[in-house]
Amino acid sequence: MHVVIIGNGITGVTVARELRKRSSDTRITLVSGESLQHWSRPALMYIYMGHMRPEDTVPYPEHFWAKNRIERVQGWVEGIDTAAHQARLAGGQTLAYDQLVLATGSQPNKFGWPGQDLDRVTGMYSLQDLERIDRASAGLRQAVIVGGGLIGVELAEMLHSRGVHVVFLVREASYWSNALPTEESALVTELVRAEGIELRLQTELKEILGDAQGAARAVVTSDGDEVPCQLVGLTAGVRPNLSALQDSGIETGRGVLVDDTLATSAPDVWAAGDCAEIRRPEGQRNLLQQVWYTGRLQGERVARNILGDVAPYDPGIWFNSAKFFDLEWHTYGTVLPNPPADEQHLVWQDRPARKLLRLVFGPDGALRGMNALGIRYRHRVFERWIAEKRDADYVLGHLREANFDPELYRRPEPRIVAALRSQL
Amino acid sequence: MSQLIQIGNPTRPALAVGGAPALSRPEKGAAALTALGALLFLASFVVPKGTLAGWLPLVGSTVLFAGGASAFFWFAYRDTTPGIKNHGLWTNGATARGVVGWILGVALTGFYCLLYWYSGPLEGGIRLLDPLALALSGKPADQWFLYGYLYTVAVLVMGVRMFWRYRHNRYQLIRTASVMFFQLGFGFLIPNVLKAMNQPEFYFTYFWPLKPEYLLPFSQGWTINGGSLGFAMIVWGAAMTFLATPVLTYFFGKRWYCSWVCGCGGLAETLGDPFRHLSDNSERAWKIERWMIHSVLLLIIGVTAVGWIHEWMGRPWWGDGGQALYYKTYGFVIGAMFSGVIGVGFYPLMGSRVWCRFGCPMAATLGIIQRFFSRFRITTNGGQCISCGNCSTYCEMGIDVRAYAQKGENIVRASCVGCGVCAAVCPRGVLKLENGPVGDRFPGADKPVSAALEALGLKERQ
Repeated sequence: MHVVIIGNGITGVTVARELRKRSSDTRITLVSGESLQHWSRPALMYIYMGHMRPEDTVPYPEHFWAKNRIERVQGWVEGIDTAAHQARLAGGQTLAYDQLVLATGSQPNKFGWPGQDLDRVTGMYSLQDLERIDRASAGLRQAVIVGGGLIGVELAEMLHSRGVHVVFLVREASYWSNALPTEESALVTELVRAEGIELRLQTELKEILGDAQGAARAVVTSDGDEVPCQLVGLTAGVRPNLSALQDSGIETGRGVLVDDTLATSAPDVWAAGDCAEIRRPEGQRNLLQQVWYTGRLQGERVARNILGDVAPYDPGIWFNSAKFFDLEWHTYGTVLPNPPADEQHLVWQDRPARKLLRLVFGPDGALRGMNALGIRYRHRVFERWIAEKRDADYVLGHLREANFDPELYRRPEPRIVAALRSQL
Repeated sequence: MSQLIQIGNPTRPALAVGGAPALSRPEKGAAALTALGALLFLASFVVPKGTLAGWLPLVGSTVLFAGGASAFFWFAYRDTTPGIKNHGLWTNGATARGVVGWILGVALTGFYCLLYWYSGPLEGGIRLLDPLALALSGKPADQWFLYGYLYTVAVLVMGVRMFWRYRHNRYQLIRTASVMFFQLGFGFLIPNVLKAMNQPEFYFTYFWPLKPEYLLPFSQGWTINGGSLGFAMIVWGAAMTFLATPVLTYFFGKRWYCSWVCGCGGLAETLGDPFRHLSDNSERAWKIERWMIHSVLLLIIGVTAVGWIHEWMGRPWWGDGGQALYYKTYGFVIGAMFSGVIGVGFYPLMGSRVWCRFGCPMAATLGIIQRFFSRFRITTNGGQCISCGNCSTYCEMGIDVRAYAQKGENIVRASCVGCGVCAAVCPRGVLKLENGPVGDRFPGADKPVSAALEALGLKERQ
């Protein structure tokens, strides 16, 4: 059996690794247009900031691929012939497959802004984007970033590290308030400003103005302000990358539509990771998961399904983490930005020290989720407590055991527990 | 097509255009003071003898240099928020094996060569230190006093840098304070004061096998020259080697020594910190490391055994107890060449722990205990690793930490000195240094002897 995987991000590579772990005779080919090497996309920012060289972001040594007999092809897939079981590469080369996995990831959103295709306007997603940003950095004094999510704040930190003044346009009234509850969002908003970023809330991009050479020279904001700049970063979220699917007949919605086993509408074609949109029963929103961990989980599932160990994808208990400048954020379970009335939220924060813990309990009193800023907690412990439906009394009584801060740190739990018990 | 997409290609993309923002005015001022202190010190090597005599030039140059440098680091870090600031380390030539890095490497190496073999040109600097040497040890300074002084100043000044740099991280603050304390007290003041008391120049923080002479027959001489204190030193050395080392390593891992107490470790963790990312973390380097470090350990065991046999047989082979030959061979090859010239001189080229990784016999014994008979490990936090590579890049021991973290495995490696920097640089808070039950660390860890035999290839892997 020959499995062709399009995309060598975390999802595609997980599929390949999992296939090899479970089957020694499957032929595996990984295709990528971006880079022959698998590398860690979340590490993009560290290359720009000079923390790492590009090769330091490569998780597996070169001999790993030969040793595990994973063939690699560099090229952009331009079309898929599902009837003939072939993928067509730019340049005309074709790749025959028995099973095909689409792990094409996503691409930065562009919302049809005038000037969005000018020079020195870029997303922050691929190595090519990074190269563009790096090229534009010579003589760069002021940059405008559009869209207040995780990538926006990363780009702000990157540019800031090289002494660039950053104007950060955010549509919402507070940073990332469509994902973070009020207190967390306020804390991060404060932090971004303290770092010296010019954060303009409730401000959208109206137009990007170009100079005579066709490069961005300024943006016009929704309040009519003209902000001069030499770089515009578009970080208003990502959408599934469907460029490989043109005319393939594979059903797509926002992403590649798959059933709960991650199979697409075409025979022997699967999709996983950022590009996959998992159909849900009538009345429920389809599932689009676009983070590192879900790419890995979906990749593992696809590999097993291909080998006949078929089961529906189980997203498990949600988790995610990120870093806003120096502030670490972890979330385990479900924490909605606008808490429903029947949930109990216990929130502790130390505003000057930039530490926060939110514990969310459902109507039955069982732990549903947590958000932590500036304190590390054990993932597996919280996962277990959520699965075991632990109540507030239990969680507060055992909170200290879940702390994952480095040794010799002052443990905040006595203060947290005292404060939160009084909220009960 | 893009250049950058050839990740891992030797023709690296030119990702160095921006670099760090220029120095601020206070930074420039502090740098000028530091340079002035350094110049005053360097002047002592060239001005006519006796020009810079007395306390004033010594205190002046020290205060200008140490004070200026400490202020410089404060000005450099005070406007940044507390957190990891590795900006530009791989794009700045001084810390990325550029021209400045090579100049630094050659200068450090050159200094060690002068120190060990041609100390003549150092005479001026040695005389500058006479007031301090006389006050501490009652004897004029020699080149080793100069070395100890510079070494201690380096640990203290670069320790202050660590304080500013890691002011958000209590583990790093306390650990740095510890290496500064041990270097100043046990690495510099106490040995010199012992000299003043006509006692052997003894380092309470170095033991066999790092200091083989402390357990070689000629250390018996101390009981004659040093009386009861000399006897206590021998007892102390033996107790540290055979009792404290295994017990402390069992409870805390080798870090209790390598990154909290040891002078070589202290210099690596302070002066060497800007170069920690230059350690080679390839599997090949790991293989070379294992062969070299264990060969040195075997050599020391052999030398010690031969030394005692020689003694018991009534010194048939060399006229004396073998001191002269010992210092000429071991002292030259390991002590001078390896731990000094290469170990420190190559900081800007091969990272801060060349000696500790490839040469130190103490690290070898501690490592064996840590790998199989210790409660220490680095744990990973669930499934949160994003494979970014910061941990592997900033591991001064060249451990590919990511290879374990991305699989959710504990890191249990003989070489880990427990500096804690992997856990500090991890942007997802995945790593934590912990002590816990020995058997929980890796599959098979509950049978340490079996695990050790398997690792040596003497027993079939389960």
